[in-house]
Amino acid sequence: MSNQVSGAQAFDKTQRAKIVFSDEALKTVQKIITRYPEGKHKSALLPVLHIAQAEFGGWLSPETMDYVASVLKIKPIEVFEVASFYSMYNLKPVGKCNLEVCRTSSCWSRGSEDIVKYLEKKLGVKVGETTSDGMFTIKTVECLGSCGGAPMLQCGSSFHENLTLEKVDTIVENYRMEGKQKSYTDLDYKNTL
Amino acid sequence: MAKVTIDGQSIEVPDGTTILQAARMIGGDNVPPAMCYYSKLKTSGGYCRTCIVKVSKGSDKDPRPMPKLVPSCRTTVMDGMEVQNNTSPEVLEARRGVVEFLLINHPLDCPICDQAGECHLQDLGYENGAAKTRYDFPRRKFEMIDIGPYIKLHMTRCIMCFRCIKVADQITDNRSQGMLFRGDASEISTYIEKVIDNDFSGNVIDVCPVGALTDRMNRFKSRVWFTKPMDAHRDCKKCSGKVTLWEKGEEVLRVTSRKDKWGEAEEWICNECRFEKKHINDWVIEGPRQVDPHSVISLNHYQNVLKLKLESGKPQKQMLLGKK
Amino acid sequence: MGKKILLEHVNVPGINTLEVYRQNGGYASVEKSLKTMAPEVIVEEVKKSGLRGRGGAGFPTGMKWSFLAKPEGVERYLVVNADESEPGTFKDRYLMEKIPHILIEGMITSSFALGAKTSYIYIRGEYFYVARILEAAIEEAYAAGLLGKNILGTNFSHDVFVQIGAGAYICGEETALLESLEGKRGNPRIKPPFPAIAGLYGCPTVVNNVETIAAVPYIVMNGGDAYAKIGIGRSTGTKLISASGHINKPGVYEIEMGITVEDFIYSDEYCGGILNGKKLKAVVAGGSSVPILPAGFILTTEKGEPRLMTYESLSDGGFVSGTSMGSGGFIVYDETTSIVKNLYTFARFYHHESCGQCSPCREGTGWMEKILHRILEGHGKPSDIDLLWDIQRKIEGNTICPLGDAAAWPVASAIRHFRAEFEEYINHPERITDVKHLQELVS
Repeated sequence: MSNQVSGAQAFDKTQRAKIVFSDEALKTVQKIITRYPEGKHKSALLPVLHIAQAEFGGWLSPETMDYVASVLKIKPIEVFEVASFYSMYNLKPVGKCNLEVCRTSSCWSRGSEDIVKYLEKKLGVKVGETTSDGMFTIKTVECLGSCGGAPMLQCGSSFHENLTLEKVDTIVENYRMEGKQKSYTDLDYKNTL
Repeated sequence: MAKVTIDGQSIEVPDGTTILQAARMIGGDNVPPAMCYYSKLKTSGGYCRTCIVKVSKGSDKDPRPMPKLVPSCRTTVMDGMEVQNNTSPEVLEARRGVVEFLLINHPLDCPICDQAGECHLQDLGYENGAAKTRYDFPRRKFEMIDIGPYIKLHMTRCIMCFRCIKVADQITDNRSQGMLFRGDASEISTYIEKVIDNDFSGNVIDVCPVGALTDRMNRFKSRVWFTKPMDAHRDCKKCSGKVTLWEKGEEVLRVTSRKDKWGEAEEWICNECRFEKKHINDWVIEGPRQVDPHSVISLNHYQNVLKLKLESGKPQKQMLLGKK
Repeated sequence: MGKKILLEHVNVPGINTLEVYRQNGGYASVEKSLKTMAPEVIVEEVKKSGLRGRGGAGFPTGMKWSFLAKPEGVERYLVVNADESEPGTFKDRYLMEKIPHILIEGMITSSFALGAKTSYIYIRGEYFYVARILEAAIEEAYAAGLLGKNILGTNFSHDVFVQIGAGAYICGEETALLESLEGKRGNPRIKPPFPAIAGLYGCPTVVNNVETIAAVPYIVMNGGDAYAKIGIGRSTGTKLISASGHINKPGVYEIEMGITVEDFIYSDEYCGGILNGKKLKAVVAGGSSVPILPAGFILTTEKGEPRLMTYESLSDGGFVSGTSMGSGGFIVYDETTSIVKNLYTFARFYHHESCGQCSPCREGTGWMEKILHRILEGHGKPSDIDLLWDIQRKIEGNTICPLGDAAAWPVASAIRHFRAEFEEYINHPERITDVKHLQELVS
């Protein structure tokens, strides 16, 4: 639950003032709300928080949560309660690429600890920290349902399975080259939901 | 109507009555303890698991026992049901387990806790706890928070009964406080430490079974057993105005709702009565309050002393010492 | 080769598309059920099939369906549980990713049987890419008139929506899932009432696992009796097994229930034997929650009979010498595995995933993790084993939902079957660093 970050990704104050969904995102939100019966729009909270996280810097600031509450016409505390319950919502800023290494039984038995150690050494940060360029955050996570591809890591919506140290090199280099947002927030909601 | 038998004592109760309510109707020493259930709050109960009992016979129709221990506060009686509470070693052991779980992360700071003396966890630990803890890891800690000028939130003491959240949800109109995070990192908090701004918000103090939510104005003023509870009332536009004053000498240290023998508020009171009427002249005094027989304050015998005072004009020494 | 019901066409190129899926007989059950069957008849067939919930609890599906309350004028819902999060389990992801239409077909047919106008697929947030695959498939189904108003020209209309979670194992518990679907914290509800009476939005609701619903088309097409003929005794039909750990061929296998555990582990059709030719030490047969068994007990029952991949055979011997089918998450550990360390990963998992509502689970899961951590670090106390045992015993059966039990059973079984290893960690931590030493400790 604690997403500690080494400073670099502090959300820009000028951006903070502009917490309003894009027209496209707002359209998606409205569409999501129609999936539920009349008056049950609170059901949209989880998907809308994902969109908010994607839209507003990869994490949920208090201002973002306030905004989501106003969009869904619910109390801010209802948003905060939910946002703090689920592990995919970041309550603090994270790196552009959130490398989440599974550490539960199957992945552990196939060497996930070595993957984590290697990543720490390679990126020069510890689990829970973000590289000084704001590019990578290393996280350890609990079972992601990819035990057959153990050891694995997730970045954004991509599963990287059957990891070896060489594979980790390639993955990190590819992300570095792409250089774009690959946290949970880059889930490209607009095309799909 | 349904007939239920709890530890050999039978009672006929209306359909829909829970085992715990039935046990309270029977009364006596055989009532399961309840830390999260609160009869005046809808959907309360079921969380703390201290009131678990064994249903050894489901009903006359279906006499099979229930496979697991059940929370008596959330299990409705069936006609012919037989329940074991204190007569079941299994129940007593499980309950001791629950008490241990509730205590492992509790700070046990009773010497400096304002709730001490009227704390349900203290009573529960005294009755069902072990003398020694088996937990030797650092305990969970939180920073204290002031929720506005009147309420202190000391989350470290919280046992997560959810009562205060249900108060906020059910008797105030704009809840700003809730349960955050999850698992043993859960905490009660207000949204970004916002003030609970509502006329009835002070009732969260009364429903809190421990010292997690206390009256800031009464902080460290007196041990509860050195104060005298007096029933009093006033004309109030917001609530019934029926309260208990906690006096020390001529001073009103604290105003609370009147609590019944299960420790529950008889009626919710407003913040004006609770926090702003602290002068004895604000109130019409009715007389001493009968307090929970479990609590240490009832050992103070002040009523007897008071009675003696009234009769002879002079208290007898042995009464003051609490001897018979 | 055993019979395949769900994965028969998994290797057909393009089977994820509606066109190819239909060419291979897909959506025939929608046609058949909506046009020729009464809803009660479908429920009857599912009852006859003996199909049991594939999420872990194994409750008979037909019975669950028949409990659904049907008050006049009140909506009913079908909710598919795709919050697959039990460590060791990844079958639903595989099925949805490869053949999304089989789930949608099952949902239409099942919803018709249950009288639900709307159904939801609640999928774990981490499976986001799978949610997109499902949504694409749903779109195809709408375009083909298989979803929406008057499906295939009948009076039955139905909508399917995908709802994504956000990272919480507890949402696999059906009432926590419903809470989450309502936009709340995933706190399990106190039962009764059960979802069949008051579920989503207080309306009667059936919550079924992905694999369960995906089996319905076969039952509708071939009849409950035909399904019941597959498998052994009360373990009817096929089961998807997620195989992982120290095996040569990790993956998802559809098995006809009744093959032996030994065959499943060693034959080339399935796991293909232990990785690097090592010896088998232990197996978690049904996802992290079920008791871990040492090689001797998982391969043979106490009576000396070969153990089979069926609900009954896996649980033969109770928790003393048996385990459970659970969700079919089959994790294999070789002789070098530290059972204590493995247990620690489970304890850490349950501590992380406890919702915090009820005291035994909230406090007990963290306590167990801390003790195991201490033991692993070489600071264990001789009394720690009994303490762990006592804590798990006080959690089990005393919580609101089964997460408490799920956290307790792995601890109990590891101590029951591998006590010597715990003692070694505590009494001689210096020896543990030697992998070979762990091999000698196998009881």
